[in-house]
Amino acid sequence: MTHPVSTPLLEVRGISKRYGAVLANDQVDLSLYGGEVHALLGENGAGKSTLSKIMYGFTRPDSGEILLGGKPVDLHSPRDARALGIGMVFQNFLLIPALSVLENIALFLTDLPPIFRREAVEQRIREFGERFGLVVDPWAQVRQLSVGDQQKVEILKLLLAQARVLILDEPTKVLAPHEVVALFRVFEVLKAEGYSILFITHKLREVVACADRITVMRQGRVEGRLTSGQADVDTLVTMMFGEGGAGEPTATGTVPEQPPSTLPIFELRGASSKATGSETPLKNLDVSIGAGEIVGVAGVSGSGQKELGDLILGLRPLSTGSKWFCGADASSWTIARIRESGVAFVPEDPLVMAAVPGMSVRENLVLGTGRRYWKGATINWRALEVAMGKSFSALAFPVPGLDPPMGALSGGNLQRVVIAREMAHKPKLVVALYPTRGLDVRSALSVRDLLRRVRDGGGGVLLISEDLEELAEMADRLLVLYGGAIAGEFKRGVWQAEQVGHLMTGSKEALHA
Amino acid sequence: MPEARMAAALRTSQAVRISLRYALVCAVALAMFAAILLAAGKDPLKAYADTFTYTLANAYGFSELLVRMTPLLLAAVAVALPSRLGLINVGGEGQLYLGAWMASAGALMFPGLPAWILLPLVVVMGFLGGAIWGAIPGVLRAAKLVNETIATLLLNYIAPLIVSFFIFGPWRAVDSSAYPQSSAFPEAARLPSFFNTRIHAGILISLAVLLAYWLIMEKTRWGVEMRAIGGNPEAAQRLGIPVAVWIVIALAIGGGLAGLAGMGEVMGIHGRLRQGLSPGYGFTGFLISWLAGGRPLGILFMAFLFAIITSAGDTLQITQGLPYSVVNILLAMILFIVLARRPARGTAK
Amino acid sequence: MTTPLVLGVLAGAVLSGTSLLYATLGETIVERSGIVNLGLEGILLIGASVGFSVAAASGSAWLGLAAAAAAGGLGNLLFGWLVVTRKANQLASGLAMMFFGFGVSALVGAPYVGAVIVGLPKWRPSWLDGLPWVRSTTLFNYDLLTWLAVPVAILVWWALFRTRWGLGVRAVGESPAAAFAAGRNPAVLQYQALSSGGVLGGLAGAHLSLSLTLTWAEYMTAGRGFIAIALVIFSKWHPLRAIAGALLFGGAEALQLQLQARGSDISPFLLEMAPYLLTILVLLAWGGSRRLAAPASLGRTFYGSD
Repeated sequence: MTHPVSTPLLEVRGISKRYGAVLANDQVDLSLYGGEVHALLGENGAGKSTLSKIMYGFTRPDSGEILLGGKPVDLHSPRDARALGIGMVFQNFLLIPALSVLENIALFLTDLPPIFRREAVEQRIREFGERFGLVVDPWAQVRQLSVGDQQKVEILKLLLAQARVLILDEPTKVLAPHEVVALFRVFEVLKAEGYSILFITHKLREVVACADRITVMRQGRVEGRLTSGQADVDTLVTMMFGEGGAGEPTATGTVPEQPPSTLPIFELRGASSKATGSETPLKNLDVSIGAGEIVGVAGVSGSGQKELGDLILGLRPLSTGSKWFCGADASSWTIARIRESGVAFVPEDPLVMAAVPGMSVRENLVLGTGRRYWKGATINWRALEVAMGKSFSALAFPVPGLDPPMGALSGGNLQRVVIAREMAHKPKLVVALYPTRGLDVRSALSVRDLLRRVRDGGGGVLLISEDLEELAEMADRLLVLYGGAIAGEFKRGVWQAEQVGHLMTGSKEALHA
Repeated sequence: MPEARMAAALRTSQAVRISLRYALVCAVALAMFAAILLAAGKDPLKAYADTFTYTLANAYGFSELLVRMTPLLLAAVAVALPSRLGLINVGGEGQLYLGAWMASAGALMFPGLPAWILLPLVVVMGFLGGAIWGAIPGVLRAAKLVNETIATLLLNYIAPLIVSFFIFGPWRAVDSSAYPQSSAFPEAARLPSFFNTRIHAGILISLAVLLAYWLIMEKTRWGVEMRAIGGNPEAAQRLGIPVAVWIVIALAIGGGLAGLAGMGEVMGIHGRLRQGLSPGYGFTGFLISWLAGGRPLGILFMAFLFAIITSAGDTLQITQGLPYSVVNILLAMILFIVLARRPARGTAK
Repeated sequence: MTTPLVLGVLAGAVLSGTSLLYATLGETIVERSGIVNLGLEGILLIGASVGFSVAAASGSAWLGLAAAAAAGGLGNLLFGWLVVTRKANQLASGLAMMFFGFGVSALVGAPYVGAVIVGLPKWRPSWLDGLPWVRSTTLFNYDLLTWLAVPVAILVWWALFRTRWGLGVRAVGESPAAAFAAGRNPAVLQYQALSSGGVLGGLAGAHLSLSLTLTWAEYMTAGRGFIAIALVIFSKWHPLRAIAGALLFGGAEALQLQLQARGSDISPFLLEMAPYLLTILVLLAWGGSRRLAAPASLGRTFYGSD
């Protein structure tokens, strides 16, 4: 425990912020001392991000005050916050992929002269990198760095700009397990040098592992404050979700019996695919998805997961190898033919990948159904409505209004419409690309439940996810992708997060268990 | 059904509001243009009054507006249809010239054919000429090689040179050596004109095209697919809509329609192939479609308005001694005002 | 090909490439800040007509040059008001600027159609005059703008890639949100890029009327603005590569003029197509690789944070 008697480096008092009908922050108090790691814990939508943006001057609070070293300050913009020594690492890094590490950092430095010597900046980067265990090549283009290295650049940026308070929004979300350990080691060095770290997360074990103090938020309010000694996973769960709320997702349901050894629903044989731009080329993949099987795909971002999904869906051509669907060679099928044969797609962000916001819900329901509802030059809307109505009721989803534009629906309703459409014609294979990313806990549970039902009904599922806990819970088999190739393959229950983490980051030889 | 009546009333009031807004935009643009004319030492009031007398005040002037609307409507739909897929066709000018060239080729190569064969033939060839000129950027865009905006713009500069090559060279009429033009087309290739004016059958084609555009976009499955591409190309692709094929088709049809406009000009009005067929009809069509948001009724209304405005260009030339191009300032003013009022949505790339 | 033809083409390439280079450099700065200005054609026309008119009225080509630069800068500021401040669609605003340029240049130039002016002075360093194969051509007999074209390209490169300002401009073009988060003001940087790009565009137009043709005619830029936009892509948004692009296209134009002047059998209309066809071909050849080089946020409107 650190100095509770000294003045906090940064403190907020009585912060409130309202977005429309939602009270995102309600009378929030929080203090950050030098030399501590302070965890801000809460589930999605608890108000953590809003609070951190207010502390960084990105958003202005409706009421409340911000004190720096005991003196009230007014933060109009991130610029003010930075001038006062507050720095923030956002979930989506604010790095520019096309620029070098050096340029990204130089952009951030306010004390840079109009005509600057790049070597001087390089010197400072190397110095700080060694001091804090954040070594990166200053001349490398950011787009070539791993996510872990990009995070190092983000932190270096703040340190070089003389920030004393570091706000990190879910920094471990994108990291492999051993990278998380490395990050916590950086935290230790920073602490020892008197920096103050606000560590925003919803992962309980990490909080217990590294935080000195913990503030738990729920529905915009501070639910509790603990010191590291008082915190255990059960107490934190109760605070995060309230009494009787959903706990941290744990593996439920029985381990299914071995799938019957029939023809696989889908197969890739020695499949490769070329890449353009920032895509990842796929190298010699052998993937088979059986009936009644969920195949999970793990990997750090940019390992070829999206490309694998797109390859199956027919969005990218094979350069070598072949693709088989229910025993038929599907290597050169069009996207439309693949979909008509019974492949469905549940994406991360339906509004981007699977819906047209400006068109009505009804029109969106007919998209992607191939020629099922064609009637001459027009569409048989009545037959469509009947079929989709059935799908909605089979899924126990409420039927939305069909006339308003898709973009007017709330996020949850929108995803339900897309799922109802994709499930309407009994898909044999579902490709799910990060299907629970950004969903609240309850919606995520219902999506997982749906995928299990597809499996139990004899369908195949390819579940691409970056959440190892989700994969542990769902996948009958797990593929680990690294650099567009399969780095490892596991049956359910025989793998450990640590081992998978090493495969995901290419730090261990591939092995097949 | 009171609800239906209310909805109808709501629609009417909305239409009134939109019309008022357009009127206001035009008034402000006219005022700004007047200020510029004043600064140039010209008399804007007289220019506006002259424009009114030459266009709306008498039957002949009005008939000339319809003559001018004929290519404008086609050039506008040529832009509007691809725009529903998110494509920007600024090549109407070149497509118009190539349509005129192909139609002329038909008329000059088969002078002996009877009208019932020759007339449909030149119409089809006019469409094809423009369609080729639209399909080229379409293919380049569908293959993700060249952005269609820049490709259509560049092709604008090539098409008139093709026309010039033929009328200075192989097709140059022997009877008019002083003025470069083709020989006169056979009567059988000419679009019939009406009421002793220059109004020709092209106006019927234009209106039919406008109606067909509305039907296809709103009532058919093709319209649904094209609008899906415009609304979210990534989702459309993922849902199995053949995006690349539609891009080529839409730009080819768009080009074809502009080609029909060129065909109408040579077959309905000039009766020969000449240089300077179009005082920027292709570009004006872009403006019309853009201001109307691609909506068919809006296109009809804006085409009428722009027929008047471009007539003002002639007026400036005749009574004020200013180049016709000066009217482009007025077009720009209208665009500026609308652009400044309406923020962009998403990307335009 | 005879030697004089080669020399003529070379000399012509530099002369007509000058205006292309200035226009390309201007557009490069603007696009590096994330903005596509399709109105460049209009800016060139305004530069050509204002430059010519002021030179004709005042008798000083230098005054014309200054006026053209100022007019180009102002034109781009108007464009900036639309796309930066009003957040209007960039392509539509660019086309609006094109119309504006068509009209304004016609209006400004109308009284001076057919006027005779003294163009920008040209000179050849005396030591080059001694070379026999040079003396008979226009090679190295250049005006100030031509002499400065390559140094200006280097200056633009240096400003974009070696200064704090240039880093900010490129950052805005890649990600306005990241630049904003780093404490830069995207709108200010974009206005600065637009005004400097506009000045270069104005100079490019003025070079056509004050040095190359010594006349004013409506639409005299004949699509050079669009060719310059294609050249920006060709040069992968890099000022130094733009030099090669401008020379190549200047060469195409010069070759066509030389062939015409020598009474070639090929129809002048077909020859005139060459630069446009070449542009499309170049875009085609560069099509696949250009995506990585383009500023990531090119053409997008930044709505600010929150």
